[in-house]
Amino acid sequence: MSAEAKTPINVLHMEDVTMQFGGVVAVNGLSLDVNEGEIVALIGPNGAGKTTAFNCVTGIYEPTFGKVDFMGETILSNTPKGKAEKTYLGEVTPRPIPVIRNTPDKITQKGVARTFQNIRLFGQLTVFDNVLIAKHMRAKQNVLSATLRFNHKEEERMRSEAMALLEEQNLLHLKDEIAASLPYGLQRRLEIARALATEPKLLLLDEPAAGMNPQETQELTDFIKQIRDTYHLTVFMIEHHMDLVMQISDRIYVLDFGKLIAQGTPEEIQNNERVIEAYLGVSDDAED
Amino acid sequence: MKKKAISKNKLYSLIALLFVIGILGMLQANSAQYSYQISILERSAIYAVVAVSMNLLTGFTGLFSLGQAGFMAIGAYTVAILTIPADTRASVYYVDGIAPAIANLQCPFWLALILAGLFSAAIAAIIGIPVLRLKSDYLAIATLGFSEIIRAVISAPQLNKITNGSYGLKNIPAFPNLFVAFGLCGLCILLMVLLINSSYGRAFKALREDEVAAQAMGLNLFRYKELAFVISSFFTGVGGGLLAIYMRSIDSKTFSINLTYDILLIVVLGGIGSVTGSVIGAFLVTAGREWLRFFDNPLTIGGIDIPLFRSGFRMVIFSILLMAVVLFYRRGIMGSNEFSWEGLGRLIRSIPNKLKRKSKTQKGDNA
Repeated sequence: MSAEAKTPINVLHMEDVTMQFGGVVAVNGLSLDVNEGEIVALIGPNGAGKTTAFNCVTGIYEPTFGKVDFMGETILSNTPKGKAEKTYLGEVTPRPIPVIRNTPDKITQKGVARTFQNIRLFGQLTVFDNVLIAKHMRAKQNVLSATLRFNHKEEERMRSEAMALLEEQNLLHLKDEIAASLPYGLQRRLEIARALATEPKLLLLDEPAAGMNPQETQELTDFIKQIRDTYHLTVFMIEHHMDLVMQISDRIYVLDFGKLIAQGTPEEIQNNERVIEAYLGVSDDAED
Repeated sequence: MKKKAISKNKLYSLIALLFVIGILGMLQANSAQYSYQISILERSAIYAVVAVSMNLLTGFTGLFSLGQAGFMAIGAYTVAILTIPADTRASVYYVDGIAPAIANLQCPFWLALILAGLFSAAIAAIIGIPVLRLKSDYLAIATLGFSEIIRAVISAPQLNKITNGSYGLKNIPAFPNLFVAFGLCGLCILLMVLLINSSYGRAFKALREDEVAAQAMGLNLFRYKELAFVISSFFTGVGGGLLAIYMRSIDSKTFSINLTYDILLIVVLGGIGSVTGSVIGAFLVTAGREWLRFFDNPLTIGGIDIPLFRSGFRMVIFSILLMAVVLFYRRGIMGSNEFSWEGLGRLIRSIPNKLKRKSKTQKGDNA
């Protein structure tokens, strides 16, 4: 389960990523690396900036400063300029970096898929449609051919792929259910299935075990490992359940008040004094 | 079992279609006698096209636009300018004369309708760039504004030689027969239904459900909003063109904001997100206004004049009925469901214990 011994392929590389909202620095100079096939966790107390970091990777936010590389290609990079420079609280590195912007849909097309902290399914649509929509962007068709049903083969392919995916995820018997009517645990599973349907290389999971009991959490642990192996994924996740994080992660990054305070293997993190301090200082329950 | 049910439904649909064609044939044969009914039905069918196109935007893509009247005006004027017989143009443009560029421009009505759709789609594409950055109510207000601008431009005296300004255009050739009118409306609605049920229709629905999640599925927000807006405006433009052919004479007042409200009323009444709902709504609203003319005539029972029965009273009754429908069917007649024979069968069977069912669905709504 450890990272490959030979030179690993770098999937995600974040460099000095800073996200500032007015005077609040949500993420402050975050640098990290995720290599192919790894399961990497990003942990930290509430409000540490974990989800903001995710949003900087998927293009929902445009980082105030820093750059994000995916599979060796820079997908986002920014440098404070003009008005932004006056309010920018961090240190400006002397080397200028080009401004590169990508909308979230382009980043998904490049192969980054994500789930959301508070589940965002297409609530009023069926389970099947939810997965089918994820297949839309890779289909070769246009409005006219789709309307006049000239895309018959493509539509068939999308449907059979979606069916196969639902079957693999044990959701096939629910395919005609309305997504919002599913129980919470299944909604989480569907959201992961939908993310897998975009055919990603990197899967970002934002608190996949939120609201789950210990048994469900254990199932999720096996599930994440299993999809990593079946779909040759790299997994980068935010999680609060320490059992899950310690069991599954190859490496862990710890964020507190937007800053990286520790990184290393699960054992190293468990014995890191700064991490214990950060958690105890905020909350007396390390699992929340 | 399932296959059998499908073929049974197809049989029902075929019978219903033949029935409709039969009625149309009967009306066509006696068109002089039934001209009043025919005119109501034609107007309903045209409103149905525009209502479905509005529903495509509001109900399926989640974009609340109030620009329908403006795009209908573009379509109507395009068709009018392209189809008025060349020899009667002098009498139509009697004020300032006609611009030489369009004086001899004439084409068959089907080509004119397609051009009408394309022209209003092109205008929509331009308007969409700034406007579609807005959301919900703000989008509605912005499109409403553009709709009024379009109307103002059309009626501007500077354009007298093209649109005949505030004098309107007349002598537009009528539909050759009923089947053409209904066939064109049916074709437009069919195309929109096919779009809604295609992969792109699913993408539009995804946008309606959750924009952030739709982006995470690789859908470009702006591109798909613009696409829905342009396609909807295309069919709205065609609908406007059909209305011009139906009315035979148009002026810019026809396309005031009231027309948009009529269409909005049909969409809301039929059910936001239901094509069949919009079609049913179009016929109910258009025909309902006419049926209620009874209330406009003075009524005397037993020598006593009932005081309320006078011209305009039908609109009071109409509004009360509307309120009743909205109160009892909060999500419109069809909600977001589509018509199906099974649904009709269920409805008929459930009439005896309807009260029970109602309390159940209300619970379902709250959940």
